[in-house]
Amino acid sequence: MNASATLGKDLTGLEHMTPDQIRLILDTAEPFKEVSERPIKKVPALRGKTIVNLFFEASTRTRVSFEFAEKRLSADTVNVAATGSSVSKGETLVDTARNLEAMRIDMVVIRHPSSGAAEFLGNRIASNVINAGDGKHEHPTQALLDLLTIRDKHGKIEGLKVCLVGDVLHSRVARSNLWGLTKLGAEVAVCGPWTLLPRGIADLGVKVFGRIEEAIEWADVLNVLRLQLERMEKGFIPSVREYYRVFGVTPERLERSPRPITIMHPGPMNRGVEIDSRVADGPHSVILDQVTNGVAVRMAVLYLLAGGRAELADAAKRGAE
Amino acid sequence: MTRPILLQGGHVIDPSRDLDGAADVLIQDGKIASVGRGLTAPDGALVRNVKGKVVTPGLVDLHVHLREPGNEDEETVASGARAAAAGGFTAICAMPNTDPVTDNQAAVGFIVRQSDRAGLARVHPIGAVSIGQKGERLAEFGEMVSAGAVAVSDDGKPVVSSHLMRTALEYARTFNVPVADHCEEPTLAAGGVMHEGLVSTRLGLKGIPAAAEEIIVARDVLLAELAGGHVHLCHMSARGSVAIIREAKERGIRVTAEVTPHHLTLTDYACEEYDTHAKMNPPLREAADVAALRGALKDGVIDCIASDHAPHAYDEKEAAFDDAPFGVVGLETAFAVAHTELVESGLFTLPELIRRMSTEPARVFHLGGGTLALGAVADVAVFDASAKWAVDPTAFHSKSRNTPFAGRALTGRAVLTIVAGEIVHDLDHSGTR
Repeated sequence: MNASATLGKDLTGLEHMTPDQIRLILDTAEPFKEVSERPIKKVPALRGKTIVNLFFEASTRTRVSFEFAEKRLSADTVNVAATGSSVSKGETLVDTARNLEAMRIDMVVIRHPSSGAAEFLGNRIASNVINAGDGKHEHPTQALLDLLTIRDKHGKIEGLKVCLVGDVLHSRVARSNLWGLTKLGAEVAVCGPWTLLPRGIADLGVKVFGRIEEAIEWADVLNVLRLQLERMEKGFIPSVREYYRVFGVTPERLERSPRPITIMHPGPMNRGVEIDSRVADGPHSVILDQVTNGVAVRMAVLYLLAGGRAELADAAKRGAE
Repeated sequence: MTRPILLQGGHVIDPSRDLDGAADVLIQDGKIASVGRGLTAPDGALVRNVKGKVVTPGLVDLHVHLREPGNEDEETVASGARAAAAGGFTAICAMPNTDPVTDNQAAVGFIVRQSDRAGLARVHPIGAVSIGQKGERLAEFGEMVSAGAVAVSDDGKPVVSSHLMRTALEYARTFNVPVADHCEEPTLAAGGVMHEGLVSTRLGLKGIPAAAEEIIVARDVLLAELAGGHVHLCHMSARGSVAIIREAKERGIRVTAEVTPHHLTLTDYACEEYDTHAKMNPPLREAADVAALRGALKDGVIDCIASDHAPHAYDEKEAAFDDAPFGVVGLETAFAVAHTELVESGLFTLPELIRRMSTEPARVFHLGGGTLALGAVADVAVFDASAKWAVDPTAFHSKSRNTPFAGRALTGRAVLTIVAGEIVHDLDHSGTR
């Protein structure tokens, strides 16, 4: 336990967090894992807290994961989607948030298509703000659940070689993973077509592989990013077919690895595009463990931002607080 | 008949005549009547003791956006001219991307009349290159010039068609006006909101590569050579552009260029924390670009400083970075920012800075002013070069407050601005008129 570390008001990204803060969240998630295994999946830790899930972009997995985390901590939650709300009538982000806050809420979980939107909101309202993905910037809870899953599988993060594969340019998951992994001592690489690797990425202290074969040769863990199919229409890659042939993670390619490689994917997957089904469903895939851990990590984040102390997480879980 | 003014005991800097020393300046009938030591005031003259102050030709800004007609909540000709006067500017050139676009003689005449009504800094209209700035058909340069336009530009966007740019450069020769271009290759820049580099990668914001500017800079100098016209390159931001302009000037191509105070002093790191006041087009680039731009301004490859004063309403900038408009105001901070960063740091002498902010811009657009020569129009500024002040956007005369320099401690300030022999800004006495 890193009882000395605390989180600030908001969780907007991992770039400016300390390794101790990240470890605090991972450690706090451990006792919360068990809650989801119970017949009655509920503890009273956030009883009386009001949380708004403010989603300006479509999301199933992340929104549902947050909602389960909130409900299993006994918080009262409201979901607001951009379509059909005042947002679609031209209300600004800051007005939407201030109106919600005027109803005396405690936390906002926000997903927004603009990079920096979570930070923008956090600087303007008193409630805690949790970034559930902002543009191409960060998706911190996804990276945290990835870190927890790697730690579960390998027993450590430090010294592991983790490669992020695919559309790094447009990926907030990649950026958050990059910060979290490097802060906890992993070696990080990115691999993809040069059209989908951002300028200056090597200056952030990561290796760059232009070919998937090189990445497989090197890595202990492959985190395979979703290839958004609209990238093809915008001309970043010529075709999905060629992408699969050149960059697809296939059993044939993995067989050449000197060691078993842990396979991760943040979802939703395009089977047969960035990842072959035999890999996604194979023995080294931890893709569904990631989803399970997502709830525990988000419970930990909600709990800590609400003022909970790490050493009380066990007690909170038992309902004894 | 206006009252004569005697500026007594000041330090006169007139780069047009390499003047840099103690002298009085006498202004009569709206003209410079005399510059020298121990001048006596004629009857009824207003005598101002400007000891310890610097007397220069008024500053000239080739690039401002005044939002009138169309967005008078953000700026008007009068409020922009007032902000200009407060910044030591006696003449500013208003870009035509108004609503409707200033693309005909009536629209140009409207700006001239609004400027005359305001009676502050002179506002020279710039006419559009193409009707509606649509990049299709040439606007009527001849009629716009006769109505008062001093240049043509589709600024805010580039002249995308190379054919149209060539035609504009050729056609403008008849009227001896420059074609000012906003250099941005649109397919490379599409969707970009800041400089493409390490910071944009970290922030997850779409970048605009320096090549988007450099490609059009290269095209424009080639077209200027082909057409024999005068191309003026707006707000240069990239070191690669500097190299192209340097080579073009060596080859004798008629090219001039400007750079803004913010591109001379800030880098893309100003966009950290998603500060929308650091969002401008072209974007703030890297330290090596800033160094190259400073060097180019020093040796004249870039001719002058222009503010690209671009007012925006508070609500527009109070938004996510992607959603905020490009642009910052600059008229009231331009001199002090440049003076603090370039002169106080020892890179430029004060006469060199005045040359780049007054004499040279006046020459580039063939305007009066930029000189204290005998008989020249009495557009004069007086600066307190040692005045220390902090930028307080709420004190701006501009209607907008969108500056990246809020709170910045600066040195140097306009204390007196005189246009055609009339005081239009007086910091110590009545303030700006």
